[in-house]
Amino acid sequence: MTAEHTPAALPEADFVIRAQELVKTFRLGETIVRALDGVSFAVGRGEKVAITGPSGSGKSTLMNILGCLGPPDEGEYVLAGEPVSKLSGNRLAEIRNKYIGFVFQTFNLLPRLSAVENVELPLLYGGVADAPQRAQEALETVGLGDRMRHEPSQLSGGQRQRVAIARAIVTDPAILLADEPTGNLDQSTGQEIMALFDDLHAQGRTVIMVTHDQEVAGRCERQIHILDGRIANGAEDARGD
Amino acid sequence: MLFWTTLKVALRSLLANKLRSILSMLGIIIGVGAVIAMLAVGAGAQKQVLDHVTALGSNLIMVMPGQPRSGGVRGGSYQTLTVEDAQAILAEVPEVEKASPVARGNGQFKYYNKNKESSIMGVTLTYLGIRNFSIEQGRNFTVSEVEQRVKVAVLGADTAEELFGEDDPIGEQIKIAGVTFKVVGVLKAKGTQGPFSFDDQALVPYTTAMDRILGTDYLSEIDLEIAEDSDQEAVQAAIEDVLRKRHAIRAGQDDDFHVRNMAEMVETATSVTRTFSLLLGSVAAISLVVGGIGIMNIMLVTVTERTREIGIRKAIGAKDRDILVQFLLESILMSALGGVVGVGAGVSVAQVSSLVSGFTAVVEPVSVALALSFAVCVGVFFGFYPARRAAALDPIEALSYE
Ligand SMILES: Nc1ncnc2c1ncn2[C@@H]1O[C@H](COP(=O)(O)OP(=O)(O)OP(=O)(O)O)[C@@H](O)[C@H]1O
Ligand SMILES: [Mg+2]
Repeated sequence: MTAEHTPAALPEADFVIRAQELVKTFRLGETIVRALDGVSFAVGRGEKVAITGPSGSGKSTLMNILGCLGPPDEGEYVLAGEPVSKLSGNRLAEIRNKYIGFVFQTFNLLPRLSAVENVELPLLYGGVADAPQRAQEALETVGLGDRMRHEPSQLSGGQRQRVAIARAIVTDPAILLADEPTGNLDQSTGQEIMALFDDLHAQGRTVIMVTHDQEVAGRCERQIHILDGRIANGAEDARGD
Repeated sequence: MLFWTTLKVALRSLLANKLRSILSMLGIIIGVGAVIAMLAVGAGAQKQVLDHVTALGSNLIMVMPGQPRSGGVRGGSYQTLTVEDAQAILAEVPEVEKASPVARGNGQFKYYNKNKESSIMGVTLTYLGIRNFSIEQGRNFTVSEVEQRVKVAVLGADTAEELFGEDDPIGEQIKIAGVTFKVVGVLKAKGTQGPFSFDDQALVPYTTAMDRILGTDYLSEIDLEIAEDSDQEAVQAAIEDVLRKRHAIRAGQDDDFHVRNMAEMVETATSVTRTFSLLLGSVAAISLVVGGIGIMNIMLVTVTERTREIGIRKAIGAKDRDILVQFLLESILMSALGGVVGVGAGVSVAQVSSLVSGFTAVVEPVSVALALSFAVCVGVFFGFYPARRAAALDPIEALSYE
């Protein structure tokens, strides 16, 4: 059962994510919601993992923690060998910049910046020297070499998501986190985006993706099913080893 | 690199809301404009006073009727000084080299169809020397003309110019306050400007002025020239002694006249302009603060509107400081831009007021620098709180902000 949540027989150095007993609670007036209720799993380098589960089960909450947008209330989280669950503020910003590429359901591009400026932004925050050059290459990778100067409002939904993916990969992060990346796209555009993720995975990138689409989830190497803040595909014992 | 992109973004977001940005900058524009205009007018006024003093010469002492300040500089309403006082001072104080009674009035000047209002200065012939005037054309009046109350006039340069233009005024008849005078001379221009310019007046014998125009036995002023290098304080005290004796003022009693030297005049003038600039400066400072609050208000709105953008930036690696700098830069840009526009507005106002008021407002580079740096400080000060709020936003909450 362990194999469901942890890739078998990997040397320690090849784990990108190790999460143990992650807990996140929200207080809404009187009621306390345990959005994450002891989640443990690991992800190896180069894996493509789908996170599935019904609405409100805690998928986005998990993604936020994996993306270092905020610390868990309890539990251990080791990202690319660095323990990050106790970090906060600016240290987390550095970690995000260095290790994580986000792809959101609503694209989340900055409106008044051109495609290439959007893609450059993480490099600028990271203090990387040849930002324009690398941003161009990333846009070419996602097939938008001819749309560099367009602003988001001048691009289609699929194109916007490609820009967002270019922005996510431009820093060459340890993981790509995508929370329902096709949720705002029509069927065929969604398939194009999925094909792009397949390509990125084939190039050796680690991808963790929240999806409602069973077909998409089926194409991933592994699925983690969340129910009421817990991993529900069988294992109680979902620790790293 | 990041800085330039940040600046570019700040500029674009200001341009994206042009009207809103301009309205928010209005307070700064008005504040800076006011500072520039006020300082320019103040500096112009001060320069005018100093020009006057230079034109008068430093060994001039003036005796005015009444208490200092009680009747203002002109003190026309006090009737305490007489021609005999002037003669007594000249006779009894050895350092006093020249003395001229001054009976001042205002009147309509007329030459054919030309008309103008000017000062009439009833003086004696030594007045020219005391006040550093010289004759450009024609002659000064003579002792006998003064004694016999002859209706002769020596015109100031501007007065002559306005009444006669290109024509030769010498020997022409003009009417001053309804009395016909013969123009015998024109003074060389001193180049002073404004309503109290030394070039806009006519000198006539004081006897003529007092008898035929003003109808008074009292003087508005006695002008004295004292010897070069004499002790001003001592001479002043000697003059006061003479007058107190003549006016029978006992010890402990207040004088019914006051004596002024040029140093005092400069001091009074500068203290007046200083008070004036301080007053207007504080008004301008208040409007800058109001402008700053306007900027703070719009920056708070901007931060709320762009919560999601802040979340995105944080998600891709912006530190708190990056966000802080971004919004601070935006508010500084707004206040600095407002400052630049305000300087333009202030300079225009100063120029217009120069045209209208007749004396030149002087825009000093220092005041421009001062106003601009003040504007930038306002941007920093009032932009800081909204920027810090932006920087402190939680990335998860900011990202899910609708
Ligand atoms: N900021 C918050 N404050 C209070 N409760 C929250 C907050 N964020 C999430 N929750 C609660 O935590 C639970 C998990 O939410 P989460 O967004 O992770 O679900 P999800 O699996 O992503 O759902 P969906 O598929 O609809 O996106 C929900 O019950 C939700 O109401
Ligand atoms: Mg969700």
